[in-house]
This record gives sequence, structure tokens and C-alpha cells, in this order.
Amino acid sequence: MSFQAGPFLFATLAQTNAFAERLAPVLRSGDTVLLGGDIGAGKTAFARALIRSRLGPGEEVPSPTFPIVQIYETPQGDIWHCDLYRLTNPNQAVELGLSDAMDEAICLIEWPDRLGPLVPSNALTLEFVAAGDHHTLSLSGPGLWAERLAAVLSHA
Amino acid sequence: MSRTLTLVGLESSCDDTAAAVVRLADGRVRVLSSVVVGQSALHAPFGGVVPEIAARAHVEILDHCIERAMAEAGVGFANLDGVVVTAGPGLIGGVLSGVMFAKGIAAARGLPLIGVNHLAGHALTPRLTDDVGFPYLMLLVSGGHCQFLIVHDHDHFERIGGTIDDAPGEAFDKIARLIGLSQPGGPAVDRAALSGDAKRFDLPRPLLDRPGCDMSFSGLKTAMLRARDAVIAANGGLSQQDQADLSASFQEAMADVLEEKSRRALDLYLALSPAEPVFAIAGGVAANSRIRAVLEQLCREKGTRFLAPPLALCTDNAAMIANAGIARMVAGQVDDMTLSARPRWPLDQTAPAQLGSGKKGAKA
Repeated sequence: MSFQAGPFLFATLAQTNAFAERLAPVLRSGDTVLLGGDIGAGKTAFARALIRSRLGPGEEVPSPTFPIVQIYETPQGDIWHCDLYRLTNPNQAVELGLSDAMDEAICLIEWPDRLGPLVPSNALTLEFVAAGDHHTLSLSGPGLWAERLAAVLSHA
Repeated sequence: MSRTLTLVGLESSCDDTAAAVVRLADGRVRVLSSVVVGQSALHAPFGGVVPEIAARAHVEILDHCIERAMAEAGVGFANLDGVVVTAGPGLIGGVLSGVMFAKGIAAARGLPLIGVNHLAGHALTPRLTDDVGFPYLMLLVSGGHCQFLIVHDHDHFERIGGTIDDAPGEAFDKIARLIGLSQPGGPAVDRAALSGDAKRFDLPRPLLDRPGCDMSFSGLKTAMLRARDAVIAANGGLSQQDQADLSASFQEAMADVLEEKSRRALDLYLALSPAEPVFAIAGGVAANSRIRAVLEQLCREKGTRFLAPPLALCTDNAAMIANAGIARMVAGQVDDMTLSARPRWPLDQTAPAQLGSGKKGAKA
């Protein structure tokens, strides 16, 4: 059984942020969320809203493109925000400590195709598509996410 | 005052690896050597944006860098008074390798170890190049950073604003990708913009209507995406002129935002009544011709000296790290073997937007 939902249409950044804020409390250590989509599709903005909803609105969440990984410590465990665009080999993700982090932290991963075979089987995939003044978001993953996201999706 | 210090500096927190030897003598710091090995040169076939991830490779490159830097400076380990290393922020593997490498040298040679913040290195460069007096205003604008700092002394940096999302250098790279220009995007967009019409595309000036010195460039990227798609939908593709016009329009939006926010930052800084006001800019984006022209004009208007250190010293290098290390050593701020790498390390731990990241400290 696999899980699939959407595409949901978000006309404003506020709507996207609201969805990120509903998803945030559902996540726990060991969860990996893959953020797919092209440049400008809204991946980083979504991750930023999600991280801020767990750490507070004042938390600075810079783009991870340059440092590849930004780690946020929270009392419930670390959050890893990654942009793997610049990686050329999945082994580099191991060097970064990402394979361990996927077991122990909440990992939000942009450009997850760079992971190759390292993509964890329980990962939730969010696919972003920019279209005109709005964008859409589709969700997919193994069946367990259907139950975990039921409350989140009932409002989407 | 007549203290003489010779330090070697190591920098491996970003895509480049560097080593340098600097000397404090007669109250002035001189760069004896500065070696930078660019990852972008090593990885040119991949488009020049591939960072070195493996710690092992970093150590090998560091080894060669330090050897060359010391040979060029004509100094041996016996002439050194300390080892300075970037302890963060930056790419985790690089920062860790640099710190471990520096600890190794310090332990083996019995030398003092000094860890510095990469951003402090940039922020103190105007002292190195032009002996600028405190306080001065600094705009740090690069691939990974964008912030206004009032530099009060070598250890007191007041962050008065910065990007809340993408850094300008990153935005240049990404829009170059969007419109089919080469990497690195900064020079490519600058070149294309020369023959472009900056008024053709009406792009937003994010946060311009909000008070303060914070900036946002992420929305600009999305606006560029829409403008590009509209052109492609209308004409079936992007002509060279379209690329030029998109580049010029983007660059103008970026310059407008940086100009207005710099104006506000200058007002805050000038309210301190500095004796000889200076606005210094550092980072790769300082090389952009349009941004530079706009900021130079602004400084003329404000009666403030505009200072852009030579590109070799305002992009990533180790001379700035060693220079920052000298200031710390003179102030008695020497580290020991407990020095840790800090991939996330805000320069101003009191700035309101950074409270969350600063209070818990870094993990590594």
C-alpha cells in the first residue's frame, strides 16, 4: 500500500506556510521528508516555515544551498535542512553524516535525487510545482503516511 | 606596541581551501603569502559548483596549501608564533578538517591555537588592507552570506540586518541557471546585463517597503522564473537579448534593494558619529559592476568613504583568517585543544533574529 495525496493548490505563501505548520508537529526523529521541484518552486520557503513552526518565528533559517546542510537543535531532536544540489555522488551524503541523520533526526532534503539508493524507504515525498502566481504540492510515500497525515490532509 | 607576531592561517570552511602567513610588526599587519586552491578549478568539468565533501581530500589539500604558503613567505615552523583556523561557519567536512589539522600542527609544534569565525575574517579585512579605524560599516555579500555589520572592534560585530532567505551570490547562480547562462552566475549575469534593458521586466523589490535593513531575495528568483516562462510562452524560447534583458532587470532589482538597505544601514552607522566614516564591502558579489557603482554613488552622497578590498582579499582566503587571529592573539584570546568546529556560528550572537540559533550553541 502506498500513499498519495494532492496536488493541492496554494495561491499564497501564507497558505503554503499554514500547510507546513500543520505538517510540522506530525514529524518526529527518524522521519525524512524529500522536497522535490525545480528552482523557485517553493522548497526552501516550505522548509523554512516548517522549521520556524517548531523553533519559533524568530529563528533564522538561511538557504542551505551554499553550506549544503544546516542543523537546528531542538529539545525533541535535531532537524537537518539539506540542499543536495551540489552533490555529485551519493557517497558524499554519507560523508556529510546524512545517512546517520536520517535515522536520528528529522531530515528535510531538497534535491533528493542526489541521494540515489540512500533514499530511506519510509520517506515522505513532497513535490512542488510553480505555476503562474501559485504553486501546487503533491504528497507521496509508503502507506504509513496515510494514517499519520490524516488530520493534516483533512484541512488541505 | 612593537610586538612582532608571525601566524599561519588556514581556511577550509567553504568551497576553496587556503593557507596564508601574515606578520604583525611595528603595529601593522602584512601578508607574507596567501595561497588559495579553488575547488571550482578542480571541478571545472562539473560546472564549478562542486564542493569538496570528503574530509580526507580537505586534509590533503590543506597540507599542500600550508607547505606552499610557508615556502612563499620564507618561514619555517620555528618562525611561527601561532596557528589560526576558521572554526566556522561553513561546510561541515571542511570546517572539521581545518580545525583538526590546525590542532595537529599546534600540538606537534607547541604553538598557540586560535579559532576564528569566517565572517569575522571578512569583516576585519578593511583593517588589513587599509588600516581602517573602528567603528566602520561592513556589507558582507557573497554566495552564502548577506549581512550589514557595524564593526565596533575586533570582537564586537553588530548585525543590523541581512538576508532572511537566499544570499545574493546564490541568487545570481540560480537565476543564471534559470535563464541558461554559465556558472558561476555572478560574472555571467554581470556580463550579459551590459547589453540588456533593465526596464524591460518589472521585478519586485522585496522588503523595500518595510523598515529596517533586512533583505529577501528568494521571491526575486520566483519572479524571474515567471518572467522567463512568459517570454518562452510568447516566443518559443529565450534569445540572447532576452537573456541580457532578464539579467539587467534582475541585477537592477538586486542593486536597488542593496542600495536602499545600505542607505538605511549608513544612517544607523552615521548616527554613531564616526570620525572618518567608512562603508566597506566584502564577498564575491562586491565584484558586480552595477552593485558597486550604485554603492559608490550612495557613499559619495553620504560623505562616507567607500572601500572594496582587492578581490583576492575580499573573496575567501586565509590571510583574512590569520589577520583576525592576530587581533585575537594580541587581545589574549587564545584557544586550546577544546576548540570545536561550529558549522553554524552567527557572528553577532545578540542580534534578535539569531537568538534561537545562538543560545544553544553549536553541536559539533
